[in-house]
Amino acid sequence: MMKAFTKLTGTTIPLDRANVDTDAIIPKQFLKSIKRSGFGPNLFDEWRYLDHGEPGMDSQNRPVNSDFVLNKPRYQGASVLLARKNFGCGSSREHAPWALEDFGIRCIIAPSFADIFFNNCFKNGILPIVQSERVVDALFKACEATEGYQLTIDLATQTITTPDGETFSFEVDAFRKHCLLNGLDDIGMTLQHVEDIKIYEEKRRVQAPWLFV
Amino acid sequence: MTAKTLYDKLWDAHVVRVDEGGASLIYIDRHLVHEVTSPQAFEGLRLSGRKVWRSDANLATPDHNVPTTDRQSGIADPIARLQVETLDANCDYFGITEFKMDDIRQGIVHVVGPEQGATLPGMTVVCGDSHTSTHGAFGALAHGIGTSEVEHVLATQCLIQKRSKSLLVSVDGEVNAGVTAKDIVLAIIGEIGTAGGTGYAIEFAGEAIMALSMEGRMTVCNMAIEAGARAGIIAVDKTTIDYVKGRPYAPQGDHWPMAVEAWSDLHSDADAEFDKVVHLSAATIKPQVTWGTSPEMVIAIDALVPDPANELDVVKREGMEAALAYMGLQANSPINQVMIDRAFIGSCTNSRIEDLRAAATVAKGRKVARSVKQALVVPGSGLVKQQAEAEGLDQIFIEAGFEWREPGCSMCLAMNADRLGAGERCASTSNRNFEGRQGQGGRTHLVSPAMAAAAAIAGHFIDVADLDSLSTGAE
Ligand code: SF4
Repeated sequence: MMKAFTKLTGTTIPLDRANVDTDAIIPKQFLKSIKRSGFGPNLFDEWRYLDHGEPGMDSQNRPVNSDFVLNKPRYQGASVLLARKNFGCGSSREHAPWALEDFGIRCIIAPSFADIFFNNCFKNGILPIVQSERVVDALFKACEATEGYQLTIDLATQTITTPDGETFSFEVDAFRKHCLLNGLDDIGMTLQHVEDIKIYEEKRRVQAPWLFV
Repeated sequence: MTAKTLYDKLWDAHVVRVDEGGASLIYIDRHLVHEVTSPQAFEGLRLSGRKVWRSDANLATPDHNVPTTDRQSGIADPIARLQVETLDANCDYFGITEFKMDDIRQGIVHVVGPEQGATLPGMTVVCGDSHTSTHGAFGALAHGIGTSEVEHVLATQCLIQKRSKSLLVSVDGEVNAGVTAKDIVLAIIGEIGTAGGTGYAIEFAGEAIMALSMEGRMTVCNMAIEAGARAGIIAVDKTTIDYVKGRPYAPQGDHWPMAVEAWSDLHSDADAEFDKVVHLSAATIKPQVTWGTSPEMVIAIDALVPDPANELDVVKREGMEAALAYMGLQANSPINQVMIDRAFIGSCTNSRIEDLRAAATVAKGRKVARSVKQALVVPGSGLVKQQAEAEGLDQIFIEAGFEWREPGCSMCLAMNADRLGAGERCASTSNRNFEGRQGQGGRTHLVSPAMAAAAAIAGHFIDVADLDSLSTGAE
């Protein structure tokens, strides 16, 4: 079952780069795993560590890049990620949202996202929020200036609230919102329409019988 | 009846139901499966006690992780081996046909599907891989999906989707000699940019597109995703039908004429409206080489590396400067003087028989330059390899100094042992020139198979047409 997303108040990390691709989020060598979990320690591996990461390494003993924002003590335990435009471009790997989720990120706020990544987030209990460049920029500035900066995201009311009490509303597709709020996975939803699928299939079997041999 | 685009026809034919919010349940005719994006989907099915809805609609093969050298000794990397073994076990357990590593039909999933006739006109085709757009060359609606969607298709044979906008890219007139499908698609991406197709399904059309073979059309559709579009499609014509006929999964007997009849409608109606239309003149397209770290950073072989100083947009200028620094190139230097370290001919973009023939024509009777450390030829499937060997292409390559390998993704993404070292420069027939794509610190230039072979021979990028006037110093 997917984790539901209702309301979240969390420490916010500002990742100040545009066009962050899925290879940067989780490098290809970690795609050899057959599991869905355990990718958190290798999130942004090439930026986070000074050595070259390979699966099976103990991340506790690796040299850490203390300049990288994820490693700063003030952002430990964060659950909201601020990002720049075209976040998640590149491949279709769902390992990218798995790594983010495993690390503890439940919400990403950016001016734009790549299509397949955006879609993949919703399937993993992560809420990607599109905000204007101007709002995202303001959040970046406030977050960097304020230690312990926490944003509150309320999916039901579709609002982001800053520590000062300022609120921004956001758009979200009605179907996706419903699934996230209730922690419903798509498969369970689709299987409520088994009859429709069967009816379609019968029709198709008559029209295009060569597809069913 | 209103005029429809090809995309509309394919979409409308696959809608199972539409919910109040406008999301549609779309039926999937063919699901292709490989080892990297499927294990967690199968695990999900098991954990929830669900079955595969229609095992005969699935076809699997390992490709990303397989070694391209000696297969006898298996996969050395234990983690990669486990992933391939997991695919084998899942396919056996759920009754899915798989071309395993030692099967002559094994290969890159986007080469194998069409080769088997498992990709057919009018189908919806999905796979947990962004280059599934390749299959659109057959007049099929094909796109990449994430692992949750792989599980969704396995369990329900459907996907929840929203209709895309439609973009027509028409390449008008004829291309000049020496200009291939790869050059056409790189020129298109150079024109519309890597986000030019975001939110759209692209239909490729025009005389130059319809004059292409199926191999060429697949090369074009393969890179639709590099233009930001999840799907690229091309209308069905005689070329399509001739290619499909007689393949193992193609309609047989009475079904064949029925299918051909149904496929005759798979084109956009003459007066169909697109949300956006782009025209390119084929005659202006020259052989292409990428110079940067995004497929849109592309120029003609006789051009100079662009100068960021001439770019007015600040974000773009910074992107160009970063790309030049990563690629180790000077602005305003001729691209055809840039020396390469390695050449890679392969990947789902360019590893079909026609691609290998084009490269072999260039390689024949010539030698790979001494300065080139490695020139790899990796066929897209076991059957492509077999065909090439029957035509003697392997001997041409080997005599010229190329390595002749077993089929797989190989150096396209360097998940197996084939990769670039830091700072090494590669003429590659693959589709992504992102930083680190072919190995950390590696520098990728995307080109056609003929151009990659020519670069291997000359030691630097060169127009194939100029190869004869060159003394390679290899004699
Ligand atoms: S050849 Fe390259 S692009 Fe194609 S499926 Fe394999 S890794 Fe992906």
